[in-house]
Amino acid sequence: MFRKILIANRGEIAVRIARACRDMGVRSVAVYSDVDRASLHVRIADEAYPIGPAPSRESYLVIDKIIGAARYAGCDAIHPGYGFLAENPALARACVEAGIKFIGPTAEAMEKFGSKTAARHVAREVNVPTVPGTLDPIESADELIAIARQTGFPVVLKAVAGGGGKGMRSVERESELAAAWRDASSEAQNAFGDGRLYLEKYLLKPRHIEIQVLADQHGNIVYLGERECSVQRRHQKVIEEAPSPIMTPELRRQMGEAAVKLARAGGYTNAGTVEFLVDAERNFYFLEVNTRLQVEHPVTEMVTATDLVKSQIQIAAGERLPFAQEDVVLRGHAIECRIYAEDPENNFFPSPGTILARREPSGPGIRLDDGVYAGWTVPNDYDPMLGKLIAWGSNRAEAIARLQRALDEYYATGIKTNVSLFREILATPDFQNGDIYTRWLDDYLREGRKSDTAATGSDSKRAQSAALFAAALWHAGNGESPAHGTRADGSEPSRWRAEGRLGQVDREPSR
Amino acid sequence: MKLEIALNGKAHQVELAQIGERLRCAIDGTPLKADAVQIGPGIYSILIDGESLEVRVEPDGGGLCVAAADHEWRAEIRDPRQWRRNRSGGSEAEGRQQVSAPMPGKIVRVLVRAGETVEVKQGLFVVEAMKMQNEIRSPKSGKVERLLVSEGQTVNAGEALAIIT
Repeated sequence: MFRKILIANRGEIAVRIARACRDMGVRSVAVYSDVDRASLHVRIADEAYPIGPAPSRESYLVIDKIIGAARYAGCDAIHPGYGFLAENPALARACVEAGIKFIGPTAEAMEKFGSKTAARHVAREVNVPTVPGTLDPIESADELIAIARQTGFPVVLKAVAGGGGKGMRSVERESELAAAWRDASSEAQNAFGDGRLYLEKYLLKPRHIEIQVLADQHGNIVYLGERECSVQRRHQKVIEEAPSPIMTPELRRQMGEAAVKLARAGGYTNAGTVEFLVDAERNFYFLEVNTRLQVEHPVTEMVTATDLVKSQIQIAAGERLPFAQEDVVLRGHAIECRIYAEDPENNFFPSPGTILARREPSGPGIRLDDGVYAGWTVPNDYDPMLGKLIAWGSNRAEAIARLQRALDEYYATGIKTNVSLFREILATPDFQNGDIYTRWLDDYLREGRKSDTAATGSDSKRAQSAALFAAALWHAGNGESPAHGTRADGSEPSRWRAEGRLGQVDREPSR
Repeated sequence: MKLEIALNGKAHQVELAQIGERLRCAIDGTPLKADAVQIGPGIYSILIDGESLEVRVEPDGGGLCVAAADHEWRAEIRDPRQWRRNRSGGSEAEGRQQVSAPMPGKIVRVLVRAGETVEVKQGLFVVEAMKMQNEIRSPKSGKVERLLVSEGQTVNAGEALAIIT
């Protein structure tokens, strides 16, 4: 086993990995940019080293700095987390050269699945179904029209190097094709430095269902069931759950075996995710392989009683998978919400800033994978995800009820969060019936949302009285300046806050 | 202390008063059977007729965002007494300023000494009122000419606490 692991990441995933290290008796090493000195991952890890300025291209994305910190600290392995360098084969190669184990697949396997078209070639070779369309980048406008006609409208254009919805356009009819191609191509060129596009059949109300696989270095590959990630906003997953509400044991076996077949064909090792679209007739089509740990891995952990980060580390250390496919048993249901510092009432605008007060939910079935704390300032240099709230229940209804309870308990003041959006989604009949598809949330936000969002929740007379009472108390105590609480830079709590805390300690319970 | 608070646009008369250890609140002339405790900055636990509500209050634009577990309101406050000269937080007061207690309470801490130089908005006193400790800040940059109260003293609303020149 490794002695010391460098975590080449920040935020909740760095905290998550440091915790797994601690569980395994392995020392953890954090790296941090200038704005992350006080971040939770630095506080939780055993050691931490600075790697430069706030912009990630000068810190978290600089391979030399990561390798340098790992060498300096004497690390024998690097865990990349997700995002940043996680799917960059250059880091995996640099690790090999430095004699440090990369906790993930080999650079070759990453490249094999790195571009969507390359991955689809692998899928076709092993007879895993793909969405009808091209496998290769489209070279010319004539070719584009010919392939679109052959596939049948509607079609969707996607960036070869793409992800996160960039360089993606759906096209209803032939007259819109040329303009969509131009737009998507220039968007892809800007985002990825690669303007090449391919074309797929646009499926009506497809679901996003992905299979988690684990592959050791001895040829053993298992699948750990599926995750349904159909609740997405502009192609970004928002809520994930396991199992999928539409899954059958037979479909799970088929999709799981397809995923294992693909992983084997790509020489894949460590944890990976094979993403599929599933249509209304429960036909599944291969989408892509994510060659890393996924944000939503906890829902799989909850229903399979596994620790995927621990498994990743064990696999990288050369250990054999401790269980076989027939040992994988699914138990209960888990749902995850990605909590972001963003304002759902203001076009989901990011809302960085200092967290003044915070309440963390807990209790039966609740797990909070978190990277923040009250008093900490959410920097505006990175993805504004604060953490993930996960609920487990013996069935889907219980998981929903527990998640609703936890969302009601959760708050973070000083910043805006998207918690109210989850409360709203979970209350919809569509979500409760599992009647969701990849564009469901976009459709809901555009059309289905109640015009008066304030109409949700309890607006009883008593609640209004409490609101008025609290507003009056706030005014009496703070009314002079909205800037109370912390200094603008959040460097230290003001005396007001210190006094407030003192007051709480000294206060006798009222009778 | 009487306030007019518009909750989601609907105006209400809210009156706060402290009677002994208890804090009273009346809304539109009707006393509430309610108890409030401050949990943290802008966080209040409120029991109304036994119903437990935790309410967060945050400045939002020109008004306030008030939120309970599953509901949010927008509140705007009008204070008829306007005892705070610089509610908008913009300009600094000028000339000789008397700092007075905004509400009845107890001086739990005096943060400055007579003769000391202070900045605008620097804390002068910590006053405990309505079971909460609040800082009273200097209306201007200048010098503490006189301190009129000492720690432990009980003060009435409007009572002079200090003179800043």
